Amino acid sequence: MSFAHRHLLGIEQLSQSDITTLLDLADTYAERNRQPNKHSDALRGLTQINMFFENSTRTQASFEIAGKRLGADVMNMAMQASSIKKGETLIDTAMTLNAMHPDLLVVRHPQSGAVDLLAQKVNCAVLNAGDGRHEHPTQALLDALTIRRAKGRLHRLSIAICGDIAHSRVARSNILLLGKMENRIRLVGPPTLMPSQIDQFGVEVFDDMKKGLEGVDVVMMLRLQKERMDGGFIPSEREYYHRYGLDAEKLAHASPDAIVMHPGPMNRGVEIDGTLADDINRSVIQDQVEMGVAVRMAAMDLLARNHVAAQPSVA
Amino acid sequence: MTQLFTNLRLLDPEAGTLAPGAILVRDGVIAEVFDSAPEGQASDSQVVDCGGHTLAPGIVDIGVKVCEPGERHKESYRSAGLAAAAGGVTTMVTRPDTDPAIDSPETLEFVTRRANEAAPVNVVPMAALTKGRAGREMTEIGFLMDAGAAAFTDCDRVVTDTKVFSRALTYARSLGALVIAHPQDPGLSKGAAVTSGKFASLRGLPAVSPMAERMGLDRDIALIEMTGARYHADQITTARALPALERAKRNGLDITAGVGIHHLTLNALDVADYRTFFKVKPPLRDEDDRLAVAEAVASGLIDIICSMHTPQDEESKRLPFEEAASGAVGLETLLPAAMRLVHAEVMDLPTLWRALSLNPAKRLGLSGGRIAVGAPADLVLFNPDAPFVLDRATLRSKSRNTPFDGMRMQGKVMATYVAGSCVYEAN
Repeated sequence: MSFAHRHLLGIEQLSQSDITTLLDLADTYAERNRQPNKHSDALRGLTQINMFFENSTRTQASFEIAGKRLGADVMNMAMQASSIKKGETLIDTAMTLNAMHPDLLVVRHPQSGAVDLLAQKVNCAVLNAGDGRHEHPTQALLDALTIRRAKGRLHRLSIAICGDIAHSRVARSNILLLGKMENRIRLVGPPTLMPSQIDQFGVEVFDDMKKGLEGVDVVMMLRLQKERMDGGFIPSEREYYHRYGLDAEKLAHASPDAIVMHPGPMNRGVEIDGTLADDINRSVIQDQVEMGVAVRMAAMDLLARNHVAAQPSVA
Repeated sequence: MTQLFTNLRLLDPEAGTLAPGAILVRDGVIAEVFDSAPEGQASDSQVVDCGGHTLAPGIVDIGVKVCEPGERHKESYRSAGLAAAAGGVTTMVTRPDTDPAIDSPETLEFVTRRANEAAPVNVVPMAALTKGRAGREMTEIGFLMDAGAAAFTDCDRVVTDTKVFSRALTYARSLGALVIAHPQDPGLSKGAAVTSGKFASLRGLPAVSPMAERMGLDRDIALIEMTGARYHADQITTARALPALERAKRNGLDITAGVGIHHLTLNALDVADYRTFFKVKPPLRDEDDRLAVAEAVASGLIDIICSMHTPQDEESKRLPFEEAASGAVGLETLLPAAMRLVHAEVMDLPTLWRALSLNPAKRLGLSGGRIAVGAPADLVLFNPDAPFVLDRATLRSKSRNTPFDGMRMQGKVMATYVAGSCVYEAN
């Protein structure tokens, strides 16, 4: 089992075998997480700091539980309320924390590239928990694990990613990961929410949702930010739901056993019909949350092994 | 005092020649030009042996930002002047985008006084076109010209109100003033950090379509046609803008265009992993654009190459890419970077020198840029082939935000002369 990375900054840096290694380990953690005793000592003695410069409940909780189940000392820092407000730069904040010798730093930041910048300045392993519109690697990995468990494989599937691709780090990481694993990727959404020259990423682009969903195995919905609905990118919430909201009628164009995914939190009635989201025969949204913990345990475990191996021994 | 510069290759951009020669300088002015070393010169002349290197008119760099007043810790007239001398730039044409902006005769006089005290090279100031560069009211163009303003520009801010801009152009025309603008559609380019395309999408950075430049230029050309003003586009960086420029010139409008050295030598991919020293304004373009623009300089469609020297301190660059300040220093790297175009055989040395020296001097009505009797002895002696690896720690600018750090370059300034006096000599 090899995973030769110091940080997990994005899917871009990972190879096919890195991804498989990670998912295989995550599978074992997924099983363990269903046992009454979920505890492991993989991160015993290590310090994990969660630095969230952007609001997050789900991802932060997931990383916290993952760290605690592995025996790490976990600390959450709500960076919005802290020194950044006092004018301290990102790098100074990083240097300050670095001096406290954390072993794992989990970082979310509203600016693309900010986590890369921070990783250059610290000695510990850094996990990107989402940077701007750039990447959200653990989300893509948990989506991949969910798909692999539901479909029995993670290659040669037809997968539609629908909605606000332009502003989505989840979409970017998923496009990279699913592409690396040799799947057919379709992007569905209004052209105002598509990044420029996205067709060069080896994907097919559709602005008609029914055509885009034709025969696909996986339907991955994205969250539409409220601030995009005011006429700047799309005319209105109701027109968006009419054309791009996932309901039973549109889903009928997908393969009969297609699964429905959503990274959460959902806007019911905007990008997805509420009943559909709760349909246990189609929706794997709860599995995604479950796999999130497993994938984050696997990622932190692998990075911690490399980190500890690189430390001078004190014995 | 007379000086005889001999044992050199003389680069004459006006004649388009590069050949052995010699020149005699009397009291800071070129007094005679020879094809070969003259025999039996007057014994009182000091002989300057140029060691077989290339002697050319000094570079005239339009658009240098010196951060006085306001941010002297980033660049002062002293530090910029030393950097210019080391880079073979004998005339810095300075930008008014300081804090406060240079938009009144009083601030202009302050700048001129500081420049004359501190800088070893010529400093020719520009002034803002509108007060506070706010795009609402024109500055005192007449008074500012009397105080020495060589041109009027709001720098990277576009005067969005076309009524304001057309009046300023009309008024400037009546005084024969040159207006320099930044052709860019302000709506499309708002908030952009990079040029749109595959790379921008991969990095998740806010991007501007290269079309925004053409839209800005189209608008400006219509206004020049309407007002008859003298106009210079500060930076043309995209292939799409070139046909419009070509047409405007063919139609006899008084228009010229420039380009910054970074857009001629780097492309959008150089940003790589969010390297903020490569963040410039407008953002770096695709390789196709870079090649088209370099060709346009070779053909003379783009008239002027400048350094777009923009000092930024470490604090304003060591930030996430979107938040980081734009701009790169260029005074000391302009010559070796521009030599890449010669070494890549995009253009010959006399053609390059027209864009670096003769054309900017002509456009601003300055006497430099020529090897001719009566021209000032503003000269640069350089070795066009000498290789080196740039170490940014050696730069003389107070700010060292160069994208060329650690890169191999060719072209080394051996000495720089302003009005015949040596202001820099390589050791």
